[in-house]
This record gives sequence, C-alpha cells and structure tokens, in this order.
Amino acid sequence: MKIHLPNSAFLGNIDPFLRGFNPQNRSKLEITANKKWISLHPMVLSMVAALGLSLKPEQIYCEKLEAASKHYLKRMGLFKLLKIRSGIKPIHEHEPAGRFIPLTKITNSAELTNFITEMVPLLHLEPKHAAPLKYVISELVRNVLEHAQSKTGAIVSAQYYKKSNTIRIGVADAGLGIKYTINQSHPASTHLEAIRLALTPGITGTTWKEGGTELNAGAGLFFIKSIAKTNRDFLVVYSGDALYKLLKSPPTKTIKLFGDPFQDKHSHGENLPFWQGTVVGMDISLKATEEFTSLLDLIWETVIKSVKERKKARYRRARFI
Amino acid sequence: MIQIKLLSLVGSFAENKELAKKIRLEKIIPALEKKQEVILDFKGIDSATQSFIHALISDILRKYGSEALELIAFKNCSETVKKIINIVVDYMQESD
Repeated sequence: MKIHLPNSAFLGNIDPFLRGFNPQNRSKLEITANKKWISLHPMVLSMVAALGLSLKPEQIYCEKLEAASKHYLKRMGLFKLLKIRSGIKPIHEHEPAGRFIPLTKITNSAELTNFITEMVPLLHLEPKHAAPLKYVISELVRNVLEHAQSKTGAIVSAQYYKKSNTIRIGVADAGLGIKYTINQSHPASTHLEAIRLALTPGITGTTWKEGGTELNAGAGLFFIKSIAKTNRDFLVVYSGDALYKLLKSPPTKTIKLFGDPFQDKHSHGENLPFWQGTVVGMDISLKATEEFTSLLDLIWETVIKSVKERKKARYRRARFI
Repeated sequence: MIQIKLLSLVGSFAENKELAKKIRLEKIIPALEKKQEVILDFKGIDSATQSFIHALISDILRKYGSEALELIAFKNCSETVKKIINIVVDYMQESD
C-alpha cells in the first residue's frame, strides 16, 4: 500500500488525496509526503494510522520527511502509535491542551468512555460546543465497535483550528465496511448505495424492520449528518470504493434536513481506491449559533417524516380490475 | 415504585449502550413485570445519545407497547435529554 501526504488535504479538497491512495499489496505500507509543507485534516492521519496498525512496524516504510511542518505528524502521535522511527529530531512539544487530540486507538466501550471524558478538557470547550462533539465521537466510535469487527478498533484524532474556529475530527477503521454491514439486512449493490442507506434514518444493518433492534435504531449517522448540516459544515464518509461528501450550506440558506442524503447538497464518487473499512471526517464549527437542543427539534421532525414516508411506500395498494 | 438514579450508573453524558441495556434488563423490566412504576432519574445528566435512550427503552415499547409509558416516568431531564427521549418514543410508535 502507498499513501502520499500532500501539501494540503482537508475535507473540501480531500478527493485528490483519496484518489492517490494505492491499496495494492497489503503486506507493506509506504508513506511519502510533500517535500515543502504538509497541512492535513485529522481524517487523513486517522487513515494512515489505521493502515499502519494492521501491519507490523517493520512492514512500514516512511520516507525521511523534509516538510517544514513535519513535526505536526510527530505531535499527533503517528510514529508513536505505529511504533516506527520518524527521523525527526526532538522538539519542544506544545502543550496539548486547547489544540488537539493525538491519534488514539479505541478498542472497547470503556476506552471510549474514558476518551470522551478526557477529550473535552483537552480541547478546552464550552459545554455548548462540547455537546455535539461528544455526541459525534460516541456514535461514530460505537458504530465501529459494534459493526466493523476491526482488529485495530477505531482510530480517532481531532484538532482545533483557531483561524476557522473549527474542530476537525477523523475516525477510521480497517473493518468490514458499510456495504457488508448494511447488506446483512438491506440490499445495496454498490458501496455508494450502502453509504446512502447508512445515512438514511431508520435503516440499520442489524434488521430490515422499521424501528431497528433493541440496540440499533439506525439513526446514528443521520444524527451526525444533521449536526454537520445544521452547523453548515463538511461531513465525509468513505467506505469501499465510494465517497459521500456533505457540502457546506451557504450562510444565507435556510437549513432543511432530508431523510435521503442524496437530497442534501453533496458530492459523491465511486471507483475510488478501495478502503477496507470506513472513514469519517467531520468539521464542527464553533461559530455556529444553533444550540444542540434546537437542532434536535429539526432532527425529530425529519426522522418521523422519513419513517412515515417509508411506511407509506410499503402500503399495499388496492387492486382495481 | 422504584427509582433508578442514572448519574451514578452512566455518568453525566449518557452514551454507553451496554450500560443502558443492563439497566433495562436488570432493573426496568423486572419492575415492569411486577407492574411497579419505574422512575428514571436523569439528575446530573447533561446529555445523552439517541443510541443510549434507544437501548434503554425501545425494546420495552416494542414488547409491552406504548402502554408501558404509563408505568415509566422520566425525572429531572435536561432539555436535550427530554428531546432525545421524545424522538425515541415517537420513533418507536411510528415504527409499529
């Protein structure tokens, strides 16, 4: 496998980075990077870490990094997590509080609870900003723990960006992928169709029944998409060979939530390099004025509307002869 | 009547579905079986995920019907928790 860390890869311009990933030859990983500068979304780091953790350290080759910003990778804990040498001379590390959450592997429920507890003080967030972040991390990581069967768990990282006043998060796993999971109960012939179903409220891979099972309602990813949409932020879901990207809504436009993610302003792609598992990248703007509780009203209406529409679509029709 | 104080069981952010399932199976359902009223006390809980509330009550609504809500009361809920409970309750009844 080969992965190249470009000059810039954030959710708005993530597509070329993904298309450049080479998943062939899963017995080794080669990491290369832009020579001058690397500026990356945490989603990219979580992906590299998820790939590396599926291998032994001696199967990973990382070229000598030259970019002036190479220390960022060290600070985010990439080399430490993968147990490889960075070749980067020690620097005076910044105090982590208020800036970032280094790459963290979460493999069970207790680790997730600890992670969420420690995350908020690390990012120095006010309660109104912490609420959606805790929500998103909990739902995304629990999805991995319950459905992905990823041997290396969920790889999470996050960073606060002062200029845009945004928290950017990445969660990656090297598990079964969305299509496999959704196909347990719903027919999805492509990875893109599986992502579409996974983002639709009321659809879960654990049952074909409306209302879900005792533990899965099939609304987790829909809630997350709704948080992103209401905050006018990006959300990216990459699984198998498909990519779904919720685009930012313009500030002048009234927010409307849709049960079908394809009705949202978005872009999607297929035939991308195959990602064995699932990756989610999200931005959470702290400028957003909408309180988490107000957003729930909007979500509530959409969930109920979506369930009613699907129910109606299954009504038997009168036969007129 | 039994009162279940959730804060000491699940912390101030209620998100652990496994704990929700345990509370449902070990505390709520046995009480409902005896036709006892159950008070779920959310004092000190700032927020919850939809998944947590779903794991806590959806199977009760599925098995006992919405009549079960007459025996369950939700106490000291924050605005966020109230809304999430309402979403799950409505969702389960719409899904019948």
